Amino acid sequence: MLHLTTGRVGCLLSKQAVVALTGSGARMSSHGHHEVSDSVDMSQPMYWDRLDTPLPDRPWKDVLDSTDKSLKQKEKGPWTALSKEEKIALYRLKFNLTYPEMKRPSHEWKTVIGGMFIVFGITGLVVFWQCHYVYPPQPPTFDEEWQAKQLQRMLDMRTNPIEGLSSQWDYKNKQWK
Amino acid sequence: MSLAKPAMRGLLGKRLRFHLPIAFALSLVAAAAFKYGVTEPRKQAYADFYKQYDTTKEFNNMRDAGVFESVRTTGE
Repeated sequence: MLHLTTGRVGCLLSKQAVVALTGSGARMSSHGHHEVSDSVDMSQPMYWDRLDTPLPDRPWKDVLDSTDKSLKQKEKGPWTALSKEEKIALYRLKFNLTYPEMKRPSHEWKTVIGGMFIVFGITGLVVFWQCHYVYPPQPPTFDEEWQAKQLQRMLDMRTNPIEGLSSQWDYKNKQWK
Repeated sequence: MSLAKPAMRGLLGKRLRFHLPIAFALSLVAAAAFKYGVTEPRKQAYADFYKQYDTTKEFNNMRDAGVFESVRTTGE
């Protein structure tokens, strides 16, 4: 069912996004069932490449040709008799990707960071337009002169004289300590 | 090459026995640090301030600065 919806979504999104959605999900084996490429029969055991769930319900290649079949026969005997290439071939029969292949880094971060900056830029433009066209005039209390007079009044009133503002002002020399 | 059977029980107890004393000790340390880093200096600052605080002098300074509404500045 997961595959069905992502197939439909595939029309809207790019191919890369669809692969990303299904990348860690179910995939069909190379010699598998001859089905419509977009849908998967979810009533059958599935194969998957997942870091967190290591052993799928079925092996990667379940339609074996004669060489694979003879190799599987040999696997029933002592494994010390298997050569390195045979062991690797047996692994590749059972699994599609190795852990390092599953963990391979992608270039997705560039898209993410790039998209982020684009959104920041658009937001910046919106904010700039807003500052110019939407904001009301600034209240007079923000003027430099007003702020200076405000600070002087606070010092005159001795606000927070013990640990706060007025404690930092040197009243004798009329400057900050 | 058989592996030892892993611990199946008492996992939470083991974790608590390890972490609770540490948590308790760290909480006490945090409380002590706050007491001696913040509250004691603050109490001392207040005490020192009021030790040599001349109420009348400060009042007259404030009055001359013109911040009061019910008391006029001297010389008016």
